[in-house]
Amino acid sequence: MDYKLTYDQYQQGLEQGKLLGLKCNGCDAVTFPPKSLCRECNGSDLNITEIEGHGTLRTFTVVRVPPMGFTAPYVVAMAEIDEGAWVMGNLVDINPDDADMSLIGKKVRLGNQIVKGDNYSGGDSRVVTFSLAAD
Amino acid sequence: MRQVAILSVAMTKFGVSEKTNLEMFAEAGLEAIAQSNLEPKDMEALYFGNCLGDFEEGQMHMAPFAHAELGLPISAPATRFESACATATVAIRHAALLVGAGIYDVVLAGGTERACAMGTPLATKTFAMGHHAQYESRPGLTFPGVFAMAAHMYSDKYGIPLKELKLNMAEVAVKNHYHGSMNPKAHFQKEIDVNTVLDGMMVADPLQLFDCCPFSDGAAAVVVAEAGRAKDFSKKPVYIAGMGQASCGPLYLQKDITRVRSREESVAQAYREAGLGPDDIDVVELHDCFTIAEILALESFGFYEFGKAYDAATKRETYLGGKVAVNPSGGLKAKGHPIGATGAAQVTEIVEQLREESGPRQVEGARVGLVDTLGGDFGTICNIILRS
Repeated sequence: MDYKLTYDQYQQGLEQGKLLGLKCNGCDAVTFPPKSLCRECNGSDLNITEIEGHGTLRTFTVVRVPPMGFTAPYVVAMAEIDEGAWVMGNLVDINPDDADMSLIGKKVRLGNQIVKGDNYSGGDSRVVTFSLAAD
Repeated sequence: MRQVAILSVAMTKFGVSEKTNLEMFAEAGLEAIAQSNLEPKDMEALYFGNCLGDFEEGQMHMAPFAHAELGLPISAPATRFESACATATVAIRHAALLVGAGIYDVVLAGGTERACAMGTPLATKTFAMGHHAQYESRPGLTFPGVFAMAAHMYSDKYGIPLKELKLNMAEVAVKNHYHGSMNPKAHFQKEIDVNTVLDGMMVADPLQLFDCCPFSDGAAAVVVAEAGRAKDFSKKPVYIAGMGQASCGPLYLQKDITRVRSREESVAQAYREAGLGPDDIDVVELHDCFTIAEILALESFGFYEFGKAYDAATKRETYLGGKVAVNPSGGLKAKGHPIGATGAAQVTEIVEQLREESGPRQVEGARVGLVDTLGGDFGTICNIILRS
């Protein structure tokens, strides 16, 4: 079976500022970031779709002891996008020391940024970012 | 399925070791075999746990070398298991499944890990390889980070102010260090107080240093056998009453990580097979890699309603002598967490508790014990219920 939306295609989308996901023709659920089957019903009848890029921050942490290759502190967060899927990313445009519980439930806008590659990642890659949306 | 017993258990002291992975495993494995009154030649297979030997020592495919260290016969296949921090429990479960199925009568299972050899930056990096590489490691997620996110979510979901939750989480660390102070094999054998936790450096908000288990070196091994073997054995027999194992995908698919769905399924399997429920458990060794993790586990087991276990340690209900003794060994928090060995050390503690060999930290009258091991970011949970 063909893989509908590969990681490489997803990365190319991010490079063009597009957040590519999959819409299920069976149950209408949106799968983002992409995987082989619909996240809700495991259906394989999927169309590539572009995510609007709006969501709600569900949880976060400030990493202060980083893995090799990262410079702390920085904020890692999970958000629920308006299409219903959840996604992991970095909350940017905020001083990590200002991150507190009031972030949970805040509206965010999705973007992306480059993470430098290392010996284990096959080069640079792009990850989802969240910025607090203007009220 | 045939009935399965744990004949014998052994572990090295956990902590920082100068020994190699193989040397530590040989120490535990040979001790376990000696305790079983069997010989290395009697082992029909080796189920060997190791997670990060590739990075710790540049050693892949360690199982056959462990086999050689132990002097096992060529006819006994040695197989490496890797299920992140749940590795050894998964190895033991699979040994028990094959013994139960009648394929083998006696299997040695366990694991070894030498995490300290890597140093904190590389260890943090390699542990983070347990997240989904493309979508979740690359934003710089760490294991403390996952449980930190779970703690924030728990505080928000149940309306428990973060400060209050952190105070109660600190009490989990205080308890497990207290238990660990009675365990001569523990990495840390020192009592701490709430201020030790709350004054510690921040690792991943809101988790401070003493909310986190250490990187540790150590090994543990158990002899799994057809139950008939336990009857002609001088020590009190300990039987496997039930087991479970379940899997979840990356965090973005799990969503609400205050509910560990893989554990809820795994423990339900174990309860069902054992014909037992939460009220029947006398002693638990659970996966307290972080203080919040112990709270989540108590709720998954059905010991507490969701959102209600956060003050169990504060109320001393999970202390030795409390409602149910949780982590009398000191848990991962104080006993230490050599990831490939941890599950076998948990089984070691429960078997010794059921045999009333645990000295000052003995749980009085313990007859049924639960082992709970978590691998990755809730991706693997494995549970084993043991009874005397």
